[in-house]
Amino acid sequence: MKEIRIHGRGGQGAVLAARMLASAFVVEGKYVASFPMYGFERRGAPVVAFTRVDDKPIREKTQIYNPDCLVVIDPGLMKLPTLFNGLRPEAILILNSPQKLEMQPNTNLRIGGLINATKIAVAEIGRDIPNTCLLGAFAAASGWLKLESILSCLKDYLSGDILQRNLKSAERGYREVEVIKW
Amino acid sequence: MKAKQGQRRVLTGNIVAANAARLCRPEVIAAYPITPQSEVAEQLSAFVADGMLDSEIVEVEGENSAMNVVCAASVAGARVFTATSSYGLVFMYDTLLQTAGFRAPVVMVNVNRETPGIHAVSSGQQDMIATRDSGWAQIIVENNQEIMDQIIMSYRLAEDFDIQLPVMVNYDGYYLSYLAEAVELPEQSDVDAFLEPLKKQPGRPRVIPGESTGCGTHGMEMGYVEARYKHWLALERVKNKVDEIDKAFGEYFGRSYGGQIEEYRTADADIIVLASGSAAGTARTVIDAKREQGIKAGLVKLRLFRPFPEERLIQALKGKKAVGVIDRSVCFGWKYGPMCTELKALAPSIGSIPILSYIDGLANLDITIPHISRVVDEVQAAASGKSFQDVTWIPMEEL
Repeated sequence: MKEIRIHGRGGQGAVLAARMLASAFVVEGKYVASFPMYGFERRGAPVVAFTRVDDKPIREKTQIYNPDCLVVIDPGLMKLPTLFNGLRPEAILILNSPQKLEMQPNTNLRIGGLINATKIAVAEIGRDIPNTCLLGAFAAASGWLKLESILSCLKDYLSGDILQRNLKSAERGYREVEVIKW
Repeated sequence: MKAKQGQRRVLTGNIVAANAARLCRPEVIAAYPITPQSEVAEQLSAFVADGMLDSEIVEVEGENSAMNVVCAASVAGARVFTATSSYGLVFMYDTLLQTAGFRAPVVMVNVNRETPGIHAVSSGQQDMIATRDSGWAQIIVENNQEIMDQIIMSYRLAEDFDIQLPVMVNYDGYYLSYLAEAVELPEQSDVDAFLEPLKKQPGRPRVIPGESTGCGTHGMEMGYVEARYKHWLALERVKNKVDEIDKAFGEYFGRSYGGQIEEYRTADADIIVLASGSAAGTARTVIDAKREQGIKAGLVKLRLFRPFPEERLIQALKGKKAVGVIDRSVCFGWKYGPMCTELKALAPSIGSIPILSYIDGLANLDITIPHISRVVDEVQAAASGKSFQDVTWIPMEEL
């Protein structure tokens, strides 16, 4: 089983990103379970979302304590003292940031996927909703699924012009992500 | 005859619940949105607006009215649906009792959330527990497919001529309401076929406008007692009916859930963990791991909470050496958790074995794998004669 934890803020699409990721893995024949944890629905409040992927049905209904991958949508959340707690060895970090990573943020990380997803989202979608761009970056940096699987499931969540813009945003995430190996 | 393979889609528990209701073709819906149930009410409105569901939606200003609307529509003969949670459930408390007393076969989803007292927008089963004695049948489910299937089964149960009672389908807020997982959506024709036997039953009594019919009771003394007795008897009949319907569902759709309770690796088990809802899924993983370590542990998943599955539980627990019960709620006035308190009443029939009560998973706290693992270890120790603690509030001990 692979466990992915997404950190964002209300309004950035963390919850939807976790669901879209789950749908994309289903396209590839996997079993998935994905849920967020927050109190009220509030813009700007920290949100954490969990996605599990496995070759067999997933029975656990708990939060994720030992992630194989972290997706950080708001770079400000890199300062969370608990962010890397329980991270598994050989883990992956997908980070939305306008800045370069100067050092390996945690010794358990093996791969970093760095992308200025906010800039791409503002350019392509017209708003700071960087989630789909980060999904593209995730596919490229992790190699856990194909870009096509992500693109094909976006239509389950979006339609019309917004769908087209998000498809572009995801494709750019896939192409433009800087993959760092530690 | 078997159902066709349904379409598989990744959906949240709430959207699954709305789809299940849609497939059962309720004629009247009234539901007031509340976190973490809101998507159910929103999706049903969208279905009607998009022409995917031919149903009358009555927009209400609160849950008390919502229950009054569906109760009234139900006694007029309509198939009805509503959904609520926490504050909403307790806000409709008087109409909840009335609906049960009227023997109105309302099907309601309750998305489990903590209740007032301490304001909390978080998961917990306290809302369901607070309405335990309302005269409704209360069922708890574990995952999204079971949400779908149990809502469909609940119409067969509620509207059965021998039952005619409202049914509350409970699932954990957040852990299931917002959980996205792949679910098979049955075909409309198959749901129609599964509910078809209801049409062959005698028509239930109903209020007809303009005719001198009535409903409910305004009884004194024996009139009241007789109505109460019949209500009580009908609720007792729910137990076997739940098993029958689950079996019929399994034969037709290929999925079944054990009826009143589901037993997992209990046959040769020495010790049992009793859990419900989403925590039962996590418990299966723990049971498997403990089995690999040579501990003969099993799981009993409580599905039916009201009426309490006395006979099935005695059957499952007789001869076992110890039981640990995980409650996601508090029983004010008893030291054990609510489900544990009820289980203790069966002690004479299952033997005087250690029954350990655990309170966990309140207010969005996780019932984790280490937590359930600890329960198994302590129950195992108690089974081998070691002293044990009656009640353990797991999060408090982890502070």
